[in-house]
Amino acid sequence: MENRINKLFNSKKKNILSVYFTAGFPNLNDTLTIIQELENSGVDMIEIGMPFSDPLADGPTIQRSSEIALENGMTIKLLFGQLKDIRINPPSNANAIAPPFSRGNSELPLVLMGYLNPVLQYGMENFCKDASALGISGVIIPDLPLQEYLDEYKSIFEKHNLKNIFLITPQTSEARIRLIDEHSSGFIYMVSSASTTGAKSGIGADQELYFKRIQSMALKNPTVIGFGISDNKTFSKACESANGAIIGSAFIKAIDGSKDLKKDIKDFVKGILGERALV
Amino acid sequence: MSYQVNEKGYYGNFGGAFIPEMLFPNVDELRENYLSIIQEENFQNELNDLLRDYVGRPSPLYYAKRLSAHYKTNIYLKREDLNHTGAHKINNTLGQILLAKRLGKTRIIAETGAGQHGVATATVCALMGLKCIVFMGEVDIKRQAPNVARMKLLGAEVIPATSGSKTLKDATNEAIRDWINNPLDTYYIIGSVVGPHPYPDMVARFQSVISEEMKKQLLEKIGNENPNVVIACVGGGSNAAGAFYHYLDNLNVRLIAVEAAGKGIDSGHSAATSVLGKPGIIHGSKTLLMQTEDGQITEPYSISAGLDYPGVGPIHAHLFETGRAEFASATDDEALKAAFLLCELEGIIPALESAHALAHLEKLNAKEQEVVVINLSGRGDKDLETYIKSQKG
Ligand SMILES: Cc1ncc(COP(=O)(O)O)c(C=O)c1O
Repeated sequence: MENRINKLFNSKKKNILSVYFTAGFPNLNDTLTIIQELENSGVDMIEIGMPFSDPLADGPTIQRSSEIALENGMTIKLLFGQLKDIRINPPSNANAIAPPFSRGNSELPLVLMGYLNPVLQYGMENFCKDASALGISGVIIPDLPLQEYLDEYKSIFEKHNLKNIFLITPQTSEARIRLIDEHSSGFIYMVSSASTTGAKSGIGADQELYFKRIQSMALKNPTVIGFGISDNKTFSKACESANGAIIGSAFIKAIDGSKDLKKDIKDFVKGILGERALV
Repeated sequence: MSYQVNEKGYYGNFGGAFIPEMLFPNVDELRENYLSIIQEENFQNELNDLLRDYVGRPSPLYYAKRLSAHYKTNIYLKREDLNHTGAHKINNTLGQILLAKRLGKTRIIAETGAGQHGVATATVCALMGLKCIVFMGEVDIKRQAPNVARMKLLGAEVIPATSGSKTLKDATNEAIRDWINNPLDTYYIIGSVVGPHPYPDMVARFQSVISEEMKKQLLEKIGNENPNVVIACVGGGSNAAGAFYHYLDNLNVRLIAVEAAGKGIDSGHSAATSVLGKPGIIHGSKTLLMQTEDGQITEPYSISAGLDYPGVGPIHAHLFETGRAEFASATDDEALKAAFLLCELEGIIPALESAHALAHLEKLNAKEQEVVVINLSGRGDKDLETYIKSQKG
């Protein structure tokens, strides 16, 4: 079966919007509602954060959402249980909040994002097997370095048709970007500036130079820009230089303390996409 | 069996560099350069001059006569407590700051638990005229107030880590996040044999001066450079790595690492990683760490802020797995008792961390003719409040 990430980037070249949320936040069982509402609002790809006690690459917003998610009791096992019906319509369990989505069965690529230690305790082979069976298309593990992936895990990922997504930053050397491009087959995650998540907002001249530099490298993989994308302006700007952009911290802030999750999600995505939003 | 790091940055099954891509250029720059820089003659000369004239090395190897009589054996104390700033930590910070300067870095960051590493970093930053920022858990800021004051006096900025357990692990997280946000001008001086390769090896090399001196001093004093036993406490494990380093390949020397058992290994308030930990990833390194079944890192506990860490350096995970070092533990109470005994018998107030190593003498049952070296990693000035409180009991 064609990986849904490839399917997306083959059919849509511009303005791809990917949204990150932390599973288990704000409430333990919001996962499917959030996925459903993001999809219905016109988001193209979803990153499901697996919370970790020590998220080194994350700023205060995602640190806090992770802490709350863990307090709520989120684990990888529990998350996988929640995602059981995501690709099935109608759901096997009639009580589950699940599809139908307004655009039919969920065909949205779902990407799991989290740190290596919880995945290792779950077991890499089991993790990939179970994630793939649920219809997950890719994985982002910031603290799994390229070489370690190639030496230890690449064959497992490939066997289960999972894309491992690598990050590049303004400091990543050209040679290393070429290497990452060579070993990627989903997309490349361009970290917009030297920062943890949510640290800065706005796109400055330095970043534009970096975006242009990457664009001129004509990589074989599509690129998506993340970190510091928070509104329509930064989203549109990022989309000028890449196939799309990823929003995390700004979304977490938008649903923090939400009284009406569906409405807040819809409004948030509308705000990001502007007139392109589905209503 | 090799106890040294291999070319991929591993000690057996442990080590590596599990870092986000944002840190790759910095860690890679260090990995590419650290060995050639520290082997340069002018680096060695500058470091050795400073170790002698500024730190006061070699630190004495002191025959503790009354303590020896008490335990009916021969006990030598390696007096790292007499170093400038009061602990072994400065051996490492001096080495790393000279390296940072050669890499052209102008802003230094560090994490600290007990504050000893923070003080040692603030000190060498003042010495070199570099900006210094120290991350310290909010809990530790309270229990090690004198060291916070010292760091500030030395011109460092102390930033409280308010996430998680608010101790050493969280201070380390904050330092790593700062480095991600400041990749160009900043150098991260890690305080123990933890973190991504090449840090564990680099820190072990800078601390290895401890056992290098021990060998010479023992040869002079007893005509044999090898003791029967070397004992050191283990938080991350830098003083132990330094005290073991030149004995690793000599299997006749018993190496004993003493972890903090806190209120007891099974009490749920402990930092005895070798017993309670499983392999996993912490702060960029594959090692033994305390964690839940789901791989969330758990919050350790020890009365001693410097041992209050849920992992150990990968070299120690390897020494544990291979059985080259014996791993023991001491509770809060055992450490306190050992500290008071040293005060009473030798007129030395040890750091609470070092008191854990001393506490092992109770269980060692050393023979009369045996020679035991305890690495007295630091002095107890910073722990006075804890000592006074527990004496009132
Ligand atoms: C005096 C002293 N000993 C030991 C330690 C523990 O560190 P390590 O295990 O790296 O030697 C500390 C840490 O703060 C310390 O201050």
